[in-house]
Formats: sequence, C-alpha cells, structure tokens
Amino acid sequence: MAELRLSGVAKRYGGTVEVLRDIDLEIARGELIVFVGPSGCGKSTLLRMIAGLESISDGVLEIEGRVVNDIPPAQRGIAMVFQSYALYPHMTVRENMAFALKLARKSRTEIDAAVAAAAEKLQLTDYLDRLPKALSGGQRQRVAIGRAIVRDPKVYLFDEPLSNLDAALRVATRIEIAQLKEQMPDSTMIYVTHDQVEAMTLASRIVVLANKGIAQVGTPLELYDSPENEFVARFIGSPAMNLLAGRITQSGAQTRVALDGGGQALVAIPTGAEDLGAAVNLGVRPEDLEETTGDYVLGGRVAITEALGEHTLLYLGEEGPGDARIAKLPGTRSALRGTDIRLTARPDKLHLFRDGRSMKPR
Amino acid sequence: MSPALQGLVMIVLGVGGCVGYFYGANLLLDRVIFPARGAQAGRNINRANLVRPWLFLLPALVALSLYLVYPVIETLRLSLTDRSQGGAFVGLANYRQMAAEPKFWEAMRNNLMWLVVVPALSTGFGLLAAQLTDRIRWGNIAKSIIFMPMAISFVGAAVIWKLVYDARPEGTEQIGVLNALYLWLGGAEPQQWLTLIPANTFLLMIVLIWVQTGFAMVILSAALRGIPEDTIEAAIIDGAGPMQVFFRIKVPQIASTIVVVWTTITLVVLKVFDIVFAMTNGQWGTQVLANYMYDKMFRANDWGLGSASAMVIMLLVLPILIWNVRTARREMR
Ligand SMILES: Nc1ncnc2c1ncn2[C@@H]1O[C@H](COP(=O)(O)OP(=O)(O)OP(=O)(O)O)[C@@H](O)[C@H]1O
Ligand SMILES: [Mg+2]
Repeated sequence: MAELRLSGVAKRYGGTVEVLRDIDLEIARGELIVFVGPSGCGKSTLLRMIAGLESISDGVLEIEGRVVNDIPPAQRGIAMVFQSYALYPHMTVRENMAFALKLARKSRTEIDAAVAAAAEKLQLTDYLDRLPKALSGGQRQRVAIGRAIVRDPKVYLFDEPLSNLDAALRVATRIEIAQLKEQMPDSTMIYVTHDQVEAMTLASRIVVLANKGIAQVGTPLELYDSPENEFVARFIGSPAMNLLAGRITQSGAQTRVALDGGGQALVAIPTGAEDLGAAVNLGVRPEDLEETTGDYVLGGRVAITEALGEHTLLYLGEEGPGDARIAKLPGTRSALRGTDIRLTARPDKLHLFRDGRSMKPR
Repeated sequence: MSPALQGLVMIVLGVGGCVGYFYGANLLLDRVIFPARGAQAGRNINRANLVRPWLFLLPALVALSLYLVYPVIETLRLSLTDRSQGGAFVGLANYRQMAAEPKFWEAMRNNLMWLVVVPALSTGFGLLAAQLTDRIRWGNIAKSIIFMPMAISFVGAAVIWKLVYDARPEGTEQIGVLNALYLWLGGAEPQQWLTLIPANTFLLMIVLIWVQTGFAMVILSAALRGIPEDTIEAAIIDGAGPMQVFFRIKVPQIASTIVVVWTTITLVVLKVFDIVFAMTNGQWGTQVLANYMYDKMFRANDWGLGSASAMVIMLLVLPILIWNVRTARREMR
C-alpha cells in the first residue's frame, strides 16, 4: 500500500504564480525518496506541502490512505528536519526533543524513555542538558533528527539537512543517515537535496523536479542509465552528459547517426524507417568515452586537461568551458593537451533524444 | 523676534556649534598640535589618535559633570542640612522627619503600585499589540496609532485624560468620555473620578500605560520579527497551537528584550511626576515620590527635605538603571 500518494497536486502563490502543477507520485512504506532539481524548482515547496506548512492549491495528498489536505501538520504523522536545524534556542537538547511529546501530553516516563532511546541512537546522551548554542553544527543536526525520531512519525521529511555542514562532516552525517534508515526499515523518508552524491547514495528512488513538474522518477541507476529526457540526462551525472546534434542515417535494431561535428555513431536503440533523417541529439557520458583510431563520436583538439589523479578530464573544442565537450579518461593524461583526439563509446552506452525525449523503448 | 524664529536660530546655532567644535578641534589636533609631518610624523599620528576620543567626548563629559554629577553631590549635601537653621549640618534628621510623614509613605506605597502595574501592563499590551499587528493587513496603521501617544508630552497626555475623566454637574451634558459612558451604562450620577480612592491612582496609571504601550510595542515588534521563522514552523509540526507557539516559542526567544523594555519603563515610572502633578497634584491619596519632592522643594521651600526625597528616588532608580544598562549591553554583543 502506498504510504503517501500525491495526485494532481499543484501549488500557486497568490492565485497566479504557479510553482508546481500536476504532481503525481506514489511512495511506498520504507522508501527513501530524494527530491532533486535546480534551485527554485519547488523542491522545498513540495516538501512543505507534504508537511502541511504550505497549503495545497490543487490535487489530493494522502498519507496511509487518508486525505490530509486540510489536516494540520501535527496530525499528519510527519516530522521535519530543517536545513537550519530550527532548534528551539531556549531549550536544552532534552527539552528540544521532548517538546512534541509534552504537547501531546505523553507521560513523564514515556517521554524520558523516548528521549533516551533517540539520544542513544544519535550519540547525544552526553549532551542532553546543553543548550543548542553550545553544540557543533553536526551535533545540532543530530538533535534536529532526534527531535523527529522521538515522535515516531510515519514519514520523515528532510530539507537539505546537510547543506550547512562542511564537506567531511557532510559525508559522515550522510552515512549516519543511511545507517539510521537501515535501523528503521519501516519508516518512510523524503529527502530534498541538490547534492548529486547524496541523492545517488541515499535514495531508493529519485524524483527529478523541473519546469514546475516531475521530469522523471526512478532508482538512481535507472536515472543514470536511462534518462527519459535531456533535462534528466544532463542533470544526473557529473560532469554532465555530452549532447551532440546529428541525423539518423540508418534505422533498424541498431541506429546509425551522422553527427554534425563530423563523427559517426552506432547506437543500440532500435528505430523505425519513419525516423530516417530525423534530427536527434546523441547523448554520451564523459566516462563512457574511450580513445579510438577508427570511427569516432567525438573528435577535436583538447583545449584543457584536468588531471585528478584517478582520471583526467579533457575539454574539447574552442568554445568556453560551459559549452565544451568533456571526456573522462582513466589515469593521468595531461600530455593530451593541445593534441587532436578521437573518442568513441560502446553502442549500448549511447543515448538518443528526439525533441528532448529519449528514443529508448521502455 | 517670533519664538519660532528664535527656536530655529537656536537650533542652527546649536548644531552649527557642535559641528564647528568637532571640526575645529580635530583640525587643530591634526595640523597644529600633532602634525603628521616631519621626523615625528608616525609618532604624532599615534598620539593624535590617542587624544581624539577624549576630544570628542569632552563636551559630553563636561555637560554631564556639570548637570549631573555636581547636582547629585550637591543634593546629597543639601539633604544633610537644615534650612531653618541657616543650612547647618543636621545629619539624617531630614530623612528621619520624612520617615515620620504619612504623606511620604503614601508616596512610597503609590510608587510601588505604579512600579508593579505600569511596566507589566505596558509591556503586556505592547507585546499583544506587536503580535497582533504583525498578523493583519492594516497592522501598520494600527501600529502608528498605538505609537502616536509617544509623541505627546506627559503633561499633554495628562490634559487629554483629564478631559476623559471630566465631570459636569448632574443634568448637564457630560464632556468626559468616562462619565458619558458611565451614565449611558446606567450609572446614577456623574462621578468625580479623580477623587475616588483608590481607583484614582489606577486612572492616573492608565495615562502612562497609554503612552508607554507604543514604545513597548515598537521594540517588541522588532524582536518578534527577529525570531527565526523555522523555529515557529518546527513548533507547529511538533503540535503547538497558536497560544503555545506564542508563549513557549516566541516569548522565551525575546525574553531578554522583554526585560529591557520592562526595566526601561520601570525607570520612567520611578520618575513619574508630570501626570500626577497635572491631574491631581498628589491629592486624594495619589501622591508619588517625585511630586512629593517637588512639593517639599518648591512649594514648602524646604530644600533639606526635598533633597532627601530626591536621594530616595535616586537610590531606587540606581540598581534598575545599572541592571538595564548591563542587559542592554549584553544584548548588543
Ligand atoms: N511566498 C511566495 N510567493 C511567490 N513565490 C514563491 C513564494 N515562495 C516561494 N516561491 C517561489 O517558488 C519557487 C520554488 O521555491 P522553493 O523554495 O520550493 O525552491 P527549491 O527547489 O527548494 O530551491 P532551492 O534549491 O534553492 O532551495 C521559487 O521560484 C520561488 O521563487
Ligand atoms: Mg529549498
């Protein structure tokens, strides 16, 4: 059964400014769903609508089969962890975690037990009597999570919980969250981030938001291997996928594409005779490119090399770095700078987009 | 010269004088006394920078010691002397005499009552107004109206409220709002409100509350806006209702500001004079310390007793003042 279902959900501000529309999404119990998307695409808005902090302009939101559109946040069975932690500055860690339970008039012993258990889980036992200002960023983050845990919600909502932490702490906390999720296999989590690594490592499914709607929903590897459209293709993966304009010259079980840049590609995607001559974009990920002496997908002069030890990034072409074609070759290949190079990729690693949509059958 | 013109000239002279002093003194310091030239340039710049703060503080220090420190010392001295004995030193006799006067204790009692009621109600109403006006569309208009009494002098406010409490003989049209209301509600005859003990003291307090609520509201409104929105949202998700959000999340977060507002109003209350002076002049059991002092000093011309009561007021104000400055300073850090 779906733990959480959104059907036709929309958000308008002031009746006119449309931020989200036609959001359909089903989330099963125990999933960890990650919302990603460019800044301002409405990730936080969608999360806050689920939390009940923003009204729902249109559509239906159900939690465990119950329509909660007009139910106040506290009764939706959700808990939220804010980007800025939002700890109550005048309460100790213990009071912060106990606040919701006190409001719910739980018994003293029940509250103490719940707080102790959460503190144990998050290694906060030694800090229970401190005020938030006497904690480090990572500890504050854990208190915020603890405040959610004690309420034992059906759904956890996280809005960029790690973005205020430094890089090392972010990795550590990310792993902690993953472990926490493992300890609580039945709890459902929705997690907003713009960090790709967080999305790829944590998510059971990723929801890519763009242009006021959902661009694609899928497991991390589905999004990586079979992006449904050019937006997702370029959004997932770093450096982003190269898109090369071309024309279909031969259709069939495999498709041959002549690229405007002079290259040739054989793609393991079937097309029909009616596609012959169609203008398409060929997608190839930098890490799938390899050197060749024969038919090439991508060729040209290497303008810049970035050696990262494990691999080297090559920027091809005369254009600025924004438009450059990028290839990622293993090892250190700094010597390639300024030389001409030809690159190709295996047919099953190539993507084809027509009018922005993937031609891969599903 | 018309008084308005005179006022304008004084403003120009005063402001011009200040600017002239700071500019001129600075110039003198940099050009003549420690010029940043020659072999000693570096040393001179350092010395000039050491002297400069004192140069700028000098007028304030002079004015303060002339108009504040000296009077305090002189008042203390006078409070220990007796006018009828040609200013002879009499020790604590004035204080003893004062302690024996019922009117003094009435003033003390009333001051204490003012101290309890006015800061509490002003801060309370101010907090309420701040919270409510932040939520509504015409809140800013409401805010301006609530703040407006701040612009009225205490005497002006007293006159306004004297009219509100005014009583005309029975049968004639009442111009006092309170009596009009009282009769309309079925009261038998118009009341001389300001002579009714003990209600009259509270009627006087209302005037000060009316004036001070605006001050409390403005400061507390700014503090309320400074509360991070997400702590409020977190509380809502935790299940807090509007009242709980207000009392358990918002108020504790602005507690230090509330204390500063409270103590600031307390200081005003301890010095309250104009309102009582203009409305009852301390009759009918409404005496307060400042008016008592004025009575002794300028009506009875007893400088010894007057000074003694002034010292009492100062002793009461001092601890609150020190505490207030401390909290305000901690706030700023
Ligand atoms: N009160 C409002 N009135 C009008 N527009 C708003 C309001 N609040 C948010 N928006 C708009 O809604 C859009 C989505 O905002 P939201 O905060 O959900 O973005 P986001 O995806 O979380 O971005 P980020 O990654 O930067 O956090 C933005 O374009 C924003 O300008
Ligand atoms: Mg956001």
